[in-house]
Amino acid sequence: MEQPLTKNIITGNTLSLKDYEQAGGYAALRKVLKDNSPQQVQQIVKDSGLKGRGGAGFSTGIKWSFVPMDENARHPKYLICNADEMEPGTFKDRLLLEGNPHQLLEGMILAAYAIKADISYVFLRWAYRKAAEIMEKSISDAYAAGYVGKNVLGSGWNLEMYLHTGVGRYICGEETALLNALEGKRATPRAKPPFPQVSGLYGKPTIVNNVETLSCLPHIINNGADWFRSLSVSEDSGTKLYGVSGKVKRPGVWELPLGTTMREIIEEYAGGMTNGYSLKGVLPGGASTDFLTEQHLDIKMDYTSVAAAGSRLGTGTIVVMDDKTCPVGFVHNLQHFFAQESCGWCTPCREGLPWVERILSGLEKGNGSPEDMELLQMHTQYLGPGNTYCALAPGAMEPLQSALKYFREDFVRHIEEYKCPYEG
Amino acid sequence: MHESNLILEQKHNDHAHMEKKELLTEIEMRAIDHEISMVPYKKAAVIEALKIVQKQRRWISDESIDAIANYLEMSAAEVDSVATFYNLIFRKPVGKHVILLCDSISCYVMGYGKIYEALQKQLNIQFGQTTKDNLFTLLPNVCLGCCDHAPAMMIDEDLYEDVKEEQLDRILELYK
Ligand SMILES: Cc1cc2nc3c(=O)[nH]c(=O)nc-3n(C[C@H](O)[C@H](O)[C@H](O)COP(=O)(O)O)c2cc1C
Ligand code: SF4
Ligand code: FES
Repeated sequence: MEQPLTKNIITGNTLSLKDYEQAGGYAALRKVLKDNSPQQVQQIVKDSGLKGRGGAGFSTGIKWSFVPMDENARHPKYLICNADEMEPGTFKDRLLLEGNPHQLLEGMILAAYAIKADISYVFLRWAYRKAAEIMEKSISDAYAAGYVGKNVLGSGWNLEMYLHTGVGRYICGEETALLNALEGKRATPRAKPPFPQVSGLYGKPTIVNNVETLSCLPHIINNGADWFRSLSVSEDSGTKLYGVSGKVKRPGVWELPLGTTMREIIEEYAGGMTNGYSLKGVLPGGASTDFLTEQHLDIKMDYTSVAAAGSRLGTGTIVVMDDKTCPVGFVHNLQHFFAQESCGWCTPCREGLPWVERILSGLEKGNGSPEDMELLQMHTQYLGPGNTYCALAPGAMEPLQSALKYFREDFVRHIEEYKCPYEG
Repeated sequence: MHESNLILEQKHNDHAHMEKKELLTEIEMRAIDHEISMVPYKKAAVIEALKIVQKQRRWISDESIDAIANYLEMSAAEVDSVATFYNLIFRKPVGKHVILLCDSISCYVMGYGKIYEALQKQLNIQFGQTTKDNLFTLLPNVCLGCCDHAPAMMIDEDLYEDVKEEQLDRILELYK
């Protein structure tokens, strides 16, 4: 089994520039600067079938293709790495940032070349202090070695690169909110269109890609699109960093072929449930994905299969809910998070999420009524896709609507017994 | 306003009134100038400016807002609207050390509630409050990105994973 993104990562260690070069690092950059036009790089990535690993799963090559490439295109163009990782239950980008920083930087430089960008940023969340230190050093090492800066490796192309550390708020990870944060504004998302590819940072053409997406690029260039396609065990290409947290024996993160089944990930890699606990439900890809249950364990963890089962692959990091955790309390915790992190721009999200949170708080304590169930159901419609400027509110409704479906019994017991049945 | 700012208790209320109009220090101005040189116009450096001033003064007072606004040629309201948006910019005084306890889903499942209870007992404060001796401020924080080692917390820039109640004594001692 090939694990291109993580094979050189030793837990707790950081691959230095020298180690990375010895393992074949920056060969992909040398190769494209010599042999390929930016358009050719775009084509290779499109052919590879790479899909964004930040949650939405959009084709990376197609996303890039909307960037104006003719000589009238406005400059500077920007390439931004989204390293804001704040989706509850998600801890995969941290491994790549801390373990193999130059793999990410090379990926960024390749992406920047593909869209002929002039300036690139790593947008990193504040809490990743170790990653901040590592990225700071790695960027300066890359400058010193001539991989970024003026006249990259003698090619005549200039690329500047900066690290930007955020100051909190989950919404900064939404790509247009991220642009506002970088411009020193409140991080509210932007209305689309225009899309960032045309009018992004400071109104200039901009691409935002996730850490894991970018880290795939050197390997695609080195080994080709067909090789990347062959890595997976499903229609989608490549490997994926899958994680598991909750009451399992060995929580962690592993790079596996895209399409590995949920059962294999939870039972083999995470070692199965902790003794005394059984699996009641899972969020397959972070806090904003629909619950799946035991009956879904054999589905393949790829974009198409998880969607067919009624959820989303999201970030690919599984949160396990065990049989001793109250589903109402679990969903209350999620909705508290979303209500708190709403940027406040759209009325349904700003007003609806706190309402949902209050209802769940009452329900959890045994103060709920059957009408509360209807109200919750109604919100899953009102806050669903199409009613808001960004995907935060619709994402918040995913675990709620599926909890109402799969764990209705638990909600009803809270109402009928006037207390939480999970408490003593 | 983000919750952590809403719930941060106003401690030095009277104190703030008595303070004279603050100016930015030489060090702060030099650092902000550097940030201004990296962006297309001054205003775009406001978050960096807030970070710089907070690093020196631990929190952002109304006077600091005015000083930054002045320096970047913005209105104070505009600077404040940015400052209050971000949960790691503190608009109220905080203690010498800030504890960020993750209250997101994996830590919820793995029992951050017990850690919170233990911290409340040991420090005699709740989320949003600062100890009497001004040593610790306790705040909830969203997922710290180490859910495989839940429950997790940060004290200042240090990350603690797989936190157990019985370790808290020893951990807190490091900051006293
Ligand atoms: C509320 C919200 C938060 C998000 N947070 C992140 C994040 O922390 N990291 C990330 O890569 N993408 C995040 N995204 C997705 C980004 O908007 C965007 O789709 C992604 O960065 C694109 O990169 P990709 O195409 O490589 O996946 C978030 C989206 C939403 C709606
Ligand atoms: S859905 Fe919520 S977070 Fe997204 S733009 Fe609207 S108010 Fe802001
Ligand atoms: S949920 Fe606490 S670290 Fe992720």
